[in-house]
Amino acid sequence: MAERSPATRRTLWLVLGLVFAFLYIPIAVLVALSFNEGGLPTAWSGFSLKWYVSLAHNSAILSAALNTLIVAVVSTAIATLLGTLLAIGVEMRRQYGRGLEALIFAPMIIPDIVLAIALLSFFSMLNLTMGLHTIILAHVVFNLAFVCSVVRARLKSFDWSIVEASADLGASALTTFRRVTLPVIAPAVIAGALLAFTLSVDEFIIAFFTAGAGRASTTLPMQIYAMIRFGITPEINALATIVMAVSIAALTLSQRLNRGMIGQ
Amino acid sequence: MAPALVWLTALMVVPCVLVLALAFFRRGIYGGIDYTFTLENFGLVFDPLYAGIFLNSARIAGTATLIAVVIGYAAAYAISAAPRRWQPVFLFFAVLPFWSNYLIRTYAWIVLLNREGLITQLLRWFGYTGEPPSMLYTEGAVIAGLVYNYLPFVILACYAPLSRLNPELAEASRDLGASAATTFRRVILPLTVPGIAAGAVFVFVLSIGNFVTPALLGGGRFQMIGNLVYDQFLTANDWPFGAALAMALIAIMLLVLMAQALAADRATGRTAEARGQADG
Repeated sequence: MAERSPATRRTLWLVLGLVFAFLYIPIAVLVALSFNEGGLPTAWSGFSLKWYVSLAHNSAILSAALNTLIVAVVSTAIATLLGTLLAIGVEMRRQYGRGLEALIFAPMIIPDIVLAIALLSFFSMLNLTMGLHTIILAHVVFNLAFVCSVVRARLKSFDWSIVEASADLGASALTTFRRVTLPVIAPAVIAGALLAFTLSVDEFIIAFFTAGAGRASTTLPMQIYAMIRFGITPEINALATIVMAVSIAALTLSQRLNRGMIGQ
Repeated sequence: MAPALVWLTALMVVPCVLVLALAFFRRGIYGGIDYTFTLENFGLVFDPLYAGIFLNSARIAGTATLIAVVIGYAAAYAISAAPRRWQPVFLFFAVLPFWSNYLIRTYAWIVLLNREGLITQLLRWFGYTGEPPSMLYTEGAVIAGLVYNYLPFVILACYAPLSRLNPELAEASRDLGASAATTFRRVILPLTVPGIAAGAVFVFVLSIGNFVTPALLGGGRFQMIGNLVYDQFLTANDWPFGAALAMALIAIMLLVLMAQALAADRATGRTAEARGQADG
């Protein structure tokens, strides 16, 4: 870039500083308060982990966390399997129509609330009892799309001739997949799975509509939503801090694997 | 790939078509659906009461978009002007908050804006003694929440074209005697319009259909289309009308996306033309 005057440079740093303050102050306040003895934003009354301890004894939150984990693990497993196969199928053929492309991208673009009400109407029209299983069915829809797009990006630079070579050497399709294709795309598959897992853990609107009545299928975001509507309690600060730390860690890892992939 | 396509068809295409169909039926007398064909749900969308909510949503989403674009563009510009090796780091930290749960990011604003929150504390500290200002449950709070949640995407969308900008263009403009402001307005800004448009569309589309932020930061006092759809499905039990509202929401989004595609086309057309002239 062209030379900038010191005044311009100072302005640019100021802008950057203000934007980062805007982005991080709300989060920092939340995290700080989760360690506040009194728990109230009014005054700092000393460092304490007591809100984290009380979280560990809150049975509603624990069961919601367990539900979230079940939904995330099962839907990620299904979506990773189906999404990877879809990505390979689509990339191997290369001639896919715009319709197929739209079908794969649609779940990432359709507004959550539309997909949520569509699934609610669909499930209730089938007279399906709603619960964790319907949330899982729904989560696979968008997880699938994300896994597929991550794996496809990796396959763009994939050398298909090694698959042919493997077949020429007498390997079965399954052996080729297991020993040639999979090892090459593994980082992308894991990155896609981590992304799907995080999206599923964080997803609120679709779960909210497809969970059905009753507390048995409440997920963590649904629990957080209910707690927020109920009012501020220091427990949410602690819960929010944990959830935030887990999502950021998983996504950073996913991003790392993806970058490794581009670097190769 | 077949199982995945079956899954997507059964649990996305079919339900979405179903909701579309639902919009053409009547609401049953006792809730539920009465399967007689009607267009009155779409007519109801244009009823002044509901049209007002649409306009209200558009105004709130539009304001949030404008603010997010101004802040996001400034941030992206500052990042693109930073030393090269720092740019990925700044970008990473600009996007990081975006990776945490939406509800939690919204909740953080409740903590900040409530009567005993940090802002009130700061005002007291500066000597303010009156009633704590009511900042939560206002339209401003809803807008702040939307801007905060979608800002990282605007920064990313605007950074892409800014970082690809050829610095010689700005230099040439200055050599030709243009002021910094003129260079920005006539060279830099037009070349980065596609990024701005992409970011703006993202914020607008996600804001206008949002129901979580108005419900939490607006305290339910600011109805947006998303809240209306929510109410029709989960409270009023009028699914046909809710479906019609959802269709209207999708229609608005498609219109906005089409406008963006047109704007991007025109911008790249103009850029190509400018390049052609420069080369020739």
